[in-house]
Amino acid sequence: MMMFSLDDLWKSRFDGKECFNALEGLSASVHGGDIVTIVGPSGSGKSTLLLLLNRLEDPDRGRITYLGRDLRKWNVLDLRRQVGMVFQQSVMLSGTVRENVLYGPRLVGRECDEDPEALLRQVGLDSSLANRDARDLSGGQQQRVALARVLANDPAVLLLDEPTSALDQNAARGIEELLLGMQREKGLTCLWVTHDLAQALRLDGETWVLDCGRLVEAGPTVEVLNQPQHPAAREYLRSRLERGEAR
Amino acid sequence: MSITATVLTLVFIGLTILLSLWQRLGLERDLLIGTIRAAVQLTLVGYVLLVVFELRDWPYIVLMVMVMILVAAQNAARRGNQIPQVFWKVLAAITATEVMAMLVMLGLEIIPPTPQYVIPISGMVVGNAMIVAGLLLNRLQAEIEAGRQQIMVALSLGATARQAVLPVLRKTVRAGTIPIIDNLKTVGLVQLPGMMTGLIIAGVSPEVAVRWQLLIMFSLTAVSAVCAIVLAFLTYPALFTPAHQLREPGRSRDPAKS
Repeated sequence: MMMFSLDDLWKSRFDGKECFNALEGLSASVHGGDIVTIVGPSGSGKSTLLLLLNRLEDPDRGRITYLGRDLRKWNVLDLRRQVGMVFQQSVMLSGTVRENVLYGPRLVGRECDEDPEALLRQVGLDSSLANRDARDLSGGQQQRVALARVLANDPAVLLLDEPTSALDQNAARGIEELLLGMQREKGLTCLWVTHDLAQALRLDGETWVLDCGRLVEAGPTVEVLNQPQHPAAREYLRSRLERGEAR
Repeated sequence: MSITATVLTLVFIGLTILLSLWQRLGLERDLLIGTIRAAVQLTLVGYVLLVVFELRDWPYIVLMVMVMILVAAQNAARRGNQIPQVFWKVLAAITATEVMAMLVMLGLEIIPPTPQYVIPISGMVVGNAMIVAGLLLNRLQAEIEAGRQQIMVALSLGATARQAVLPVLRKTVRAGTIPIIDNLKTVGLVQLPGMMTGLIIAGVSPEVAVRWQLLIMFSLTAVSAVCAIVLAFLTYPALFTPAHQLREPGRSRDPAKS
């Protein structure tokens, strides 16, 4: 089943001084249950692409379809519940852990359906944390709350913008294993932005390499990382390896 | 107070100019312009009030209040020039505030419906609403930038623009009304407020002057809250697209339309 089809996406940004293209004619497709790792240098358009997929922003040109239907034809609020997003910095909304987890369901009056304690256990948090102020938790715990908060909406797709990069190695591996387990169990489709090539290999799905807003390489992760064809992809992978990352 | 005494008050301005020259503050030009404007504007308003008080006709009272509101809206709107149609939004907020205040004061017969009461009290209401509106416009954009990540998270979870921005709006409205509430707590202990001072100097007994001052302070509290809330709710939609997307900083209009 085709989840997303991206057709010639262009998006310009303004960095306070000048306009530049964050995406330049990007085309690709994502199938249901896929796990797509998106890698590339800073400013190559990875985060911008995720923002377009749950319509926190719109492309200047080009078309995205979700389940065969133009993204703009979906009710945007329904779409965002189906296509959940986990940000790099786990931003806690004001209130307790429980209030954070129930934020999405409460927006549509579905409070009774959800058991926040069960969701917390699912993401590996002690359910006794439910009544704590969410902002008092550690970074790793907050990222787990952020994940539970997205899962409470029962999404079909997860957009993950470097969800483990702000965490220490142990917390990062914990979140990664949790996400992988859940992706397999629920058949979630994941688009996962990362700088960590070892992580991309562990996720073992498909990898896209972005460079200057263009998709320069796409294919099974092992192939893309071992035999990159495009010069920009080779250059990026070489620079990451020089920083001591395992292939 | 005699004309001579009035002229003698210029001693204070002269003193400030001397201080400015001595300390090279560079305030002389602004001081001169400000002094002349204040004297001319107040003298003119004095004559206009004299005429309106004589005529005692409602259309003139309404006209005078409308002029106050227009000037106040134009002044406050300068603080939010990045927001489209900000003048009309401020105008609507200040008008709503003045209508609310007058409905209560005239409806409950707290003040008599004569120009002597309606015009000066409207002036205080509109002036206060103007300050609150300017403050709110100043803060709203800054608070939205500071709370950008929270708003994005809320939107990404399926919140509408209004649901996502509500905590920021509350914070901004609170900031706009806190000064007057603080003022309520210290008034009389730190300073005698303007209206009360004026009445006492004009020969009214302090007891009556206090009652008028209470009316003004209580009504201005409501004025601040109403103006801030109305303006906040009129303004925030300009910072979002119809698809509940938070616009980029400094892009409160569609690039295609600007």
